[in-house]
Amino acid sequence: MTYELPPLPYAKNALAPHLSEETLNFHYEKHHRGYVNKLNQLAAEKPAWAGKSYEELIKTESGVVFNQAAQIWNHTFYWKSLSPNGGGAPTGKVAELINEAFGSFDAFKEKFSAAASGHFGSGWAWLVRDDNNKLQIVSTHDAGNPIKDGHIPVLTCDVWEHAYYIDFRNDRPKYIATWWNLVNWEFANSNLK
Amino acid sequence: VSTQSTGPLHGYHTMFAIARSALRAPVRRTFAASASASVHTLPDLPYDYNALEPHISAEIMTLHHKKHHQTYVTGLNAAEEAYVKAPTPKERIALQAAVKFNGGGHINHSLFWKNLAPTGSPETKLSGGEFKEAIEKAFGSVDAFKKELNTKTAAIQGSGWGWLGYNKATKSLEIVTTANQDPLLSHVPIIGIDIWEHAFYLQYKNVKPDYLNAIWNVLNFKEAAARYKEARSSS
Repeated sequence: MTYELPPLPYAKNALAPHLSEETLNFHYEKHHRGYVNKLNQLAAEKPAWAGKSYEELIKTESGVVFNQAAQIWNHTFYWKSLSPNGGGAPTGKVAELINEAFGSFDAFKEKFSAAASGHFGSGWAWLVRDDNNKLQIVSTHDAGNPIKDGHIPVLTCDVWEHAYYIDFRNDRPKYIATWWNLVNWEFANSNLK
Repeated sequence: VSTQSTGPLHGYHTMFAIARSALRAPVRRTFAASASASVHTLPDLPYDYNALEPHISAEIMTLHHKKHHQTYVTGLNAAEEAYVKAPTPKERIALQAAVKFNGGGHINHSLFWKNLAPTGSPETKLSGGEFKEAIEKAFGSVDAFKKELNTKTAAIQGSGWGWLGYNKATKSLEIVTTANQDPLLSHVPIIGIDIWEHAFYLQYKNVKPDYLNAIWNVLNFKEAAARYKEARSSS
């Protein structure tokens, strides 16, 4: 079995003007595809883990194998966390749970933005559901994934510099502000079923 | 340059001692009842922003120095100021990550600018002498040294730095890496290579090996040799 790069849920220019076609081109074709290629290279040596799902690899592997599997999974989840029809205020279950956990959407937005902007180094900011069914904001370093801690991911924002450098240079807070114009609440709700 | 020997920053004395020699930042004493905090400033680049073209673009150098490094300086000053004012251990501990991140960023980048030199300048030539011999002894050849430094730096999964470091205990040159903006504490820094994406992305995108090959044209071996000599003599 070879690992495959899942298709992008939309055209490469679909998130413009918020995120450029150039960014999506590099981010998807070079970074995301690069992780898939690397995992296949490693799997070709027929180790015991070859053929396992990304979730399994995330939970059981470490080092370079974990990095590739987690980054493949993380990026797939990221593309789905964005939508050309996204943005605005949340509706449905996620809106309810956000109000419960954070008081209001605005309060949540502020906290999530702070977590994403303030994260030191490469990584990801996540909205997750914990095992008390409450929403939490967590950030992970590098390829870190909250599945490993038993959380259920609801949304993610990539804060590796490659995610925003072409469009925003060093201005990560401006990139985070843009992320709110694309956030896919439908996808968030689908993760809460 | 005055150094602190008491107060809440005592534990960071070693790190700041390395920093001070690297930074030569002006230290302003504030005569507060509690410990003094120094005000760090962005060091000038020793060359023009375009001096490393075509290997590292002027755009990258400008953003890297004026935005990224400046942010670490500003962040360090804010973190240190908050740290000395923090009334409890718990609050000081909560600030340590910010001191480490911004302090490390300031140290690392201050070292970095100085271990780079303009394209074609004499400093970029690794000439024969004690340092070159030490490299050949440690790695077999200069090419082998380059390969190992580049390979290990490229292998960092995330943000960090690749270093040629001098191990005082074993008196040897070694390749080490640090994550994020962690300062190199286990070895004396001889050459640092920034592998954060901001260091190369605009020019090299995801192709780290191209950046790592290019930077060898602008490494300041004269500075590296001087650091090596100083590290050896202070062993």
